[in-house]
Amino acid sequence: MEKIHTHTGVGVPLRRSNVDTDQIIPAVYLKRVTRTGFEDALFAAWRGDPSFVLNQEAYSNGSVLVAGPDFGTGSSREHAVWALKDYGFRVVLSSRFADIFRGNSGKQGLVTGIVSPEDIEILWKILETKPGTEVTVDLEAKTATADEVTVPFQIDDYTRWRLMEGLDDIGLTLQQEDKITAFEETRASWRPKTLPARHLPSVEIEAARPV
Amino acid sequence: MAGTLAEKVWEAHLVRRGEGGSPDLLYIDLHLVHEVTSPQAFEGLRLAGRQVRRPDLTIATEDHNTPTLDIDRPIADLTSRTQIDTLRANAKEFGVRLHSLGDADQGIVHQVGPQLGLTMPGLTVVCGDSHTSTHGAFGALAFGIGTSEVEHVLATQTLPLAPFKTMAITVNGTLPAGTTSKDIILAIIAKIGTGGGQGYVLEYRGEAIRALSMEARMTICNMSIEAGARAGMIAPDETTFEYLKGRPHAPEGEDWDAAIEYWKTLRTDDDAEFDAEVVLEAADLEPFVTWGTNPGQGLPLSASVPVPADIADEGERETAAKALEYMGLTAGTPLRDIPVDTVFIGSCTNGRIEDLRSVAKVVKGRKKAESLRVLVVPSSARVRLQAEAEGLDVIFKEFGAEWRNAGCSMCLGMNPDQLAPGERSASTSNRNFEGRQGKGGRTHLVSPLVAAATAIRGTLSSVADLDLPHEIDITTFDGTPLDGVGASPLGESVVDLPIPVAIGSAPSGSAAGQPALR
Repeated sequence: MEKIHTHTGVGVPLRRSNVDTDQIIPAVYLKRVTRTGFEDALFAAWRGDPSFVLNQEAYSNGSVLVAGPDFGTGSSREHAVWALKDYGFRVVLSSRFADIFRGNSGKQGLVTGIVSPEDIEILWKILETKPGTEVTVDLEAKTATADEVTVPFQIDDYTRWRLMEGLDDIGLTLQQEDKITAFEETRASWRPKTLPARHLPSVEIEAARPV
Repeated sequence: MAGTLAEKVWEAHLVRRGEGGSPDLLYIDLHLVHEVTSPQAFEGLRLAGRQVRRPDLTIATEDHNTPTLDIDRPIADLTSRTQIDTLRANAKEFGVRLHSLGDADQGIVHQVGPQLGLTMPGLTVVCGDSHTSTHGAFGALAFGIGTSEVEHVLATQTLPLAPFKTMAITVNGTLPAGTTSKDIILAIIAKIGTGGGQGYVLEYRGEAIRALSMEARMTICNMSIEAGARAGMIAPDETTFEYLKGRPHAPEGEDWDAAIEYWKTLRTDDDAEFDAEVVLEAADLEPFVTWGTNPGQGLPLSASVPVPADIADEGERETAAKALEYMGLTAGTPLRDIPVDTVFIGSCTNGRIEDLRSVAKVVKGRKKAESLRVLVVPSSARVRLQAEAEGLDVIFKEFGAEWRNAGCSMCLGMNPDQLAPGERSASTSNRNFEGRQGKGGRTHLVSPLVAAATAIRGTLSSVADLDLPHEIDITTFDGTPLDGVGASPLGESVVDLPIPVAIGSAPSGSAAGQPALR
């Protein structure tokens, strides 16, 4: 995972609340087997609307999404985070996030900053009056700055530290390798193992067909 | 220190206790994998040059996308086929045991773990599927995870997790005739709401829970997620041990004795405290059905479709009105008068042998209502074999139902088993979300008994609405074989048959009831 201390990019005002993960990426895209290439699926239902914010040139290469409350609710699909990242977003600011979405974001290096509703409104006004305005997000200071206005945001210290160190969860856990190995040595012998495989005698299954 | 069941299992898996706001690191005993949420996790491992740390604690099966017809032919839907081919390639590359379509142990991932005896008390069990809570019925701490976490477990066999809160759900007394564990859990969700369990691990307790079979306990724990809970658990007891004994991966000899000794300690201490408590009286329950578009929108079958104007809370009123519009229901209609087009019996909630037996008990010798179709989909190929050995398939076919191969099927319609727009189902599955069973499809969640009665009458019904002959005992569905249908315990029916398929080396040893080693 890349280290993030600060990020500067075009801010995109998304004046909607309760943007659930079905709206971020519809279920039809979940049959894919890749982890990348979801950019076309992001907000798929809205992308056909010429007035949708990402269809306006000034915002089309945005990387800081400023959204309404309860962003990322619903299904736990991590594809929602992949779609945002694949499109180019690095930061989402909102006054409230769904827990699972926030967790998934932290694992994928997408910064989710909690900003007060009043400050979200200020950011929206700036981004709407001057389309294309860049927002600078500073993880060290926990601030977002647009057009000389600086607002604070909240993010839990553990996630912030991981983002700033560029540590993905797996890399971090593997630092505990010796502890994992030590734990494994204490596991009781009755605890199950899937290998070598044991099962009842196998039987040929005939396919069911309509009568 | 006094602890709850969930806390005891958590503590026993601590690799490292989190400090300064960092999460605990928990060891994972069993990782179940399926085709939908694993491809990107394996890709992640490949990109980082990592291996699966413990293939011997990992098992995969194909279930979400698999067709329930023509399983010996190539899968028609190309994207589904790609997902399944990807799982097969990944399992081969990383050395993960896979039970593919056509294998006797293929089936819904939450049936495969228990039937192989891999799911046991006191384990941590994860899977990239929210219904992993099913395994909590054994006294395991089991929960669904996202794809990044799937990759994390594959790479490290651990998960960093923040602690949870605990909620006791006590169900006192005895269930009335014709009600089942499905009615208990639908009533619980209706009571605490779809978000009522958020942040909690639920522990189901009380006399009514103790009286349930393992299958019935799995149904309850399965739907914990529909109340928003991370997991649901039931303390292990003799019923649990009895279910496990002799299963292929169950401990044997000294290991069995040691396991039992430990498993008996897996109960909430008398002086332990829960963060929240809910109490239900089983005697108050009756068959429950959902009328809306989330599992919390349920009512006793004797009730009528709610009138939104009567609902005090504005948010709930709007939600109810929107749900009724989607469901095509008129406020005030008695639930018993709602005609359905399809009855679906299956899923990880209610597709087990006991569910099939209870349906067979009700429909034996009868004909389904002409106006509807009935789909019976066993939760695993092994369950299908067992049902066929008991003659249940013949009962279903004579009834007019379609007998299918195992898989998730119409529960979520990722395969061809879907509702048409506007089509209404009575379904033994777990989610009645808009479009869940097919675009525009309308779902009523029901127990297997209600599904059976509905299939006979054509409208939402309970067994009490049927003119049942006296010799049919509809009060108990504890897995006892049907009268006169030649039932045999799991295993004995599958002796001396050819041994094909499966991943890995050649099989050996296949005496009756003996696990074959591969």
